[in-house]
Amino acid sequence: MSLSPPAEDILVDLKNVDFAYDTRPILSGINLRIPRGKLVAIMGGSGCGKTTLLRLIGGQLKPTAGHLTVDGQELARLSRREMYAARRRMGMLFQFGALFTDLNVFDNVAFPLREHTDLPPDMIRDLVMTKLHAVGLRGAWKLMPAELSGGMARRVALARAVALDPMLIMYDEPFAGLDPISLAVVGQLIRRLNDALGASSIMVTHDVHESLEIVDYLYFLSAGKVVAEGTPDEIRASTDPFVHQFVNAEIDGPLPFHFPGDDYRTTLMETHA
Amino acid sequence: MIARVLRSMGARTLDGLWRLGFASRFFVAVLMRSGTAFSRFSLTIREVFSTGVLSLIIIMVSGFFVGLVLGLQGYETLQRYGSSEALGILVALSLVRELGPVVAGLLFASRAGSALTAEIGLMKTTEQLKAMDMMAVDPIARVVAPRFWGGVISMPLLAALFSMMGVFGAWFIGVVFIGVDDGAFWSQMQASVDFRYDIVNGIIKSVVFGFAVSLIAVFEGYDSAPTAEGVSRAITRTVVNSALTILALDFVLTSFMFRGNG
Repeated sequence: MSLSPPAEDILVDLKNVDFAYDTRPILSGINLRIPRGKLVAIMGGSGCGKTTLLRLIGGQLKPTAGHLTVDGQELARLSRREMYAARRRMGMLFQFGALFTDLNVFDNVAFPLREHTDLPPDMIRDLVMTKLHAVGLRGAWKLMPAELSGGMARRVALARAVALDPMLIMYDEPFAGLDPISLAVVGQLIRRLNDALGASSIMVTHDVHESLEIVDYLYFLSAGKVVAEGTPDEIRASTDPFVHQFVNAEIDGPLPFHFPGDDYRTTLMETHA
Repeated sequence: MIARVLRSMGARTLDGLWRLGFASRFFVAVLMRSGTAFSRFSLTIREVFSTGVLSLIIIMVSGFFVGLVLGLQGYETLQRYGSSEALGILVALSLVRELGPVVAGLLFASRAGSALTAEIGLMKTTEQLKAMDMMAVDPIARVVAPRFWGGVISMPLLAALFSMMGVFGAWFIGVVFIGVDDGAFWSQMQASVDFRYDIVNGIIKSVVFGFAVSLIAVFEGYDSAPTAEGVSRAITRTVVNSALTILALDFVLTSFMFRGNG
């Protein structure tokens, strides 16, 4: 099964997108569609271009070729002002939260509301408390980021990311470094917030098992290309060697254990020469 | 060997020019996006507190000690020629024209400049600037510009306080301890220090140094490599480049300002 709803139901659409840092290619020929209201995971080994892809969708980088549209707007053509207008409808959770260390939990979540709205302080307070309640941290509003555990920081960042009720939420490695309980909590929050807000979510991760539980669709990236895709059930039943290696955490396979280099014997001979 | 040296020199020159060009574009961007720093002036006032008020102790204590030394050295020299009453002039002119702006600038660079670089560099390292950008909040307008203008506003005030404490230190050692005539100390100072040529020129210097140090500090922070080592190197560059820039600018400004006016 592929994601092929009507065009108006597609929020993020990438067609033959290439990206390179100078002359070093990172992504090539990426075709990917994120429908409205769906939670989609982008998976792959470290360094395969997942975070770069997320930064392209967020407009922090521009494709070197191809077309990337979000809600019908081609991001590469937007001016800075237009880009900021588009980003007001996006939320992003960074890998380690990226909370503002000089602000407490309440002020972190209130930050986008204060920057982008003229709401009175009472209303901002109510909105912030609603968001913090949704992530289970209403009681922690006074704490500073340094006083939070990794899982709590991630949940505060999640509350901040959804403060403006975005249409698109992006998650960069939301499960990295979390204990199993925090991981399950964050996973369920991602699913629940996506459904409650009616938003679309893109989650970059390499946590296969948690992703298979919560997402609607998965894309697998390797060496800058989409190598497999499908619903969780299709991925579980897949016989694709890459998917099989990834899902079953096998050491060697299409993703080689060894970084490419000279022949081992030649290297050893050179050392002794 | 020669080719390698030339290649290395060429690469360093190109790198230096590239950074200079990038710093110039950054400076223009900071100026163009300074609206927030003034429309929400509380952001800038907060930075005046952290760069200016928190630097008060080091500036005032240093100014006092520099004044003590100037008083001792000045008295030692002047009394050989029987003109120890001119101590007030010597101290005031040294401080207002040169030592106030220059030493306060150097202290400002090492205390406030390094803190600015560290703060912005660490915000970059922990992705706070990227997060802000993704929230459609311009980090240059929201983070960099208020800090830049906070530094520019603080620097002349700190230089004035440095000079004031220096004069007080020299009075303390010269008049209270050594016994130079109190009336002569103040009256000769009043008669000889010219508001336009001495005080205003000193203020101009301190404003220019404030621009230079603040720009270097915020640029190095914003341009730092997002690693612990990168931030550490950026802080070092801030202090070294600020010190060299202050001394070079001091020479240029002095050669223009005091030409023919003694």
